[in-house]
Amino acid sequence: MDQTQTPIIEVRNLELAYNDYVVMRDINFSVTKGDIFIVMGASGCGKSTLLKALIGLLRPQKGEVLYSGIDLWALDDEGQKAVMRRFGVLYQGGALWSSLTLSENIALPLEIYASLSRGQIRDIVALKLAMVGLSGYEDFYPSEISGGMRKRAGLARAIALDPEIIFFDEPSAGLDPVSARMLDDLILQLRDTLGATILIVTHELASIFAVGTNALFLDDRKKTMGAIGNPKELLRTSRDPKVIEFLTRGERQEGAVS
Amino acid sequence: MADQIFFDGSRPGRLLIKLSGEWQMSSRTPSIDTVVLQLDQHKDIQEAAFDVSGVKKWDSALIAFVLEAAKLCRKKDIRVAQDGLPEGVRKFLDLASRTKEKVAAPEPEPLSFLERIGDQAVRVKNGMFVLIDFLGELAVAFGRLAGGKSFFRRDDFVMIVQRCGVHALGLVSLISVLVGVILAFIGVIQLEMFGAQIFIADIVGIAMVRVMGAIMTGIIMSGRTGASFAAELGIMQTNEEIDALRTLGVSPIEFLVMPRVLAMVIMMPLLTLYANLMGIAGGFMISASVLGINPVEYLHHTQAAVNLSNLWIGLAHSVVFGVIIAVSGCLRGMQCERSAAGVGEATTSAVVTAVTAIVVATAVITFVCQMLGV
Repeated sequence: MDQTQTPIIEVRNLELAYNDYVVMRDINFSVTKGDIFIVMGASGCGKSTLLKALIGLLRPQKGEVLYSGIDLWALDDEGQKAVMRRFGVLYQGGALWSSLTLSENIALPLEIYASLSRGQIRDIVALKLAMVGLSGYEDFYPSEISGGMRKRAGLARAIALDPEIIFFDEPSAGLDPVSARMLDDLILQLRDTLGATILIVTHELASIFAVGTNALFLDDRKKTMGAIGNPKELLRTSRDPKVIEFLTRGERQEGAVS
Repeated sequence: MADQIFFDGSRPGRLLIKLSGEWQMSSRTPSIDTVVLQLDQHKDIQEAAFDVSGVKKWDSALIAFVLEAAKLCRKKDIRVAQDGLPEGVRKFLDLASRTKEKVAAPEPEPLSFLERIGDQAVRVKNGMFVLIDFLGELAVAFGRLAGGKSFFRRDDFVMIVQRCGVHALGLVSLISVLVGVILAFIGVIQLEMFGAQIFIADIVGIAMVRVMGAIMTGIIMSGRTGASFAAELGIMQTNEEIDALRTLGVSPIEFLVMPRVLAMVIMMPLLTLYANLMGIAGGFMISASVLGINPVEYLHHTQAAVNLSNLWIGLAHSVVFGVIIAVSGCLRGMQCERSAAGVGEATTSAVVTAVTAIVVATAVITFVCQMLGV
């Protein structure tokens, strides 16, 4: 990691809990600009909880979440909004607002934050839909399109304001292999065209190896982070049996065989 | 059935269980009790073995039987020879023996009486805080609305107004007319004794305008619109749509709740006014047709009895009810657990909360009016 650069996201000593139940503790990592950072781990290990703390939905019990050095959870409402304005989130099911059409969904962030004319908004909406391969679906309601399309439309909404950081919650969950692959390609494309930093929460191995430049493994038994590093490197060098088991789908239980 | 199982104890200390025929879940198979009986009768058995060469078809029924038998044997320290079993059954037995002890589902510790009271008190306290928080945020949202800074979609607002206004007219008409009819019928029984039937007009008019119109509309609307608010916001919560608003920096209270409260506060008095008219019309119809009261006189009496203060009191009720219905519907929807059952619970809870609060509010308003002498 480039030491001279301030990391775009930095997490320090994070502890997450629902009331008294601690999900994860002692989480430390940083994400550099342009990274495709993967948060991985078994189902139910707290990946999504960590994501909630990162995007401002769940106040951590302890610790800091720094965006370019600013602690999200130390800010007031307005300050938080200003930070959150810098990122886009693709939720697991797309989370499109069901009472709005696709174009209205994508236009809403633009109406709030950008001072654009109706015509300009229409053009940008068309552009974003084209970027995710949904040109022409402007007037469809979320219930009228397939799950994969909803996800892509959710992505179009997430990138509506050209965010610096895009968060993905289980992007390939519920998609067929080809659609999942297409989404991976789309993620790489977005990083290259928008220059965005990307953080993905997933347990989909194919995606992890295909797009991840850096990865964090969450250990559900120890309730903390297991390992951190490039996923391919981790597979080669890690001595943590949990990490190896995860990355090889349980086929190799011991660390560092090769 | 009996020929499906046969016990061979010819070798001392060894029980050979011979199985034959069809061992399938859809067919009747012998119960494990026969094995229990055998093991009880022959105390000297040290080894049990199976012979399944006669079994034609089998599925999990056979495995379950063998597993059960093996468990019995283990309890009595009897060795189970597996070589007579088909390959598939042996694999399953192996798998089953490797499964760990049943994991106890986390059960809340039993609480003492005092602890339970304390728990309940804490829950009520938390509920109050949540409500105050919610109302505070709502107040802020209305403040921003007054300042012209609030953000919500005008189209959505118009849709909500339509849904909780025009679309409710049919039901409100039906119920109100019937309430008017019922009031007239009940009234006439008493008043006939004094030959004062004409006072039905006063009873129907005052009752409808002062309180019944508002209450009936309130109850209709909490079942109709309050429940739909809760379900709608509950599903949005489940679909992460509300999270999506939050991460966009949009307050869901301002964007979703405020327009609903506003729509209800505007539409409830109008619906109540309409319900008043319909109720009076119901009483009028019955009086004029069945009870034989002079229609002109009836109208005249109504006009004289229903004064403006009755009307204002009725409308005040309706505004309060509107706030209650919208707030309880939206609050329960926002608190909804992320599951299908959660949405159902939120809907039920919204209606129960609203109806209870409406009755309590009516009692309070009636008491206050009594004190003030209006």
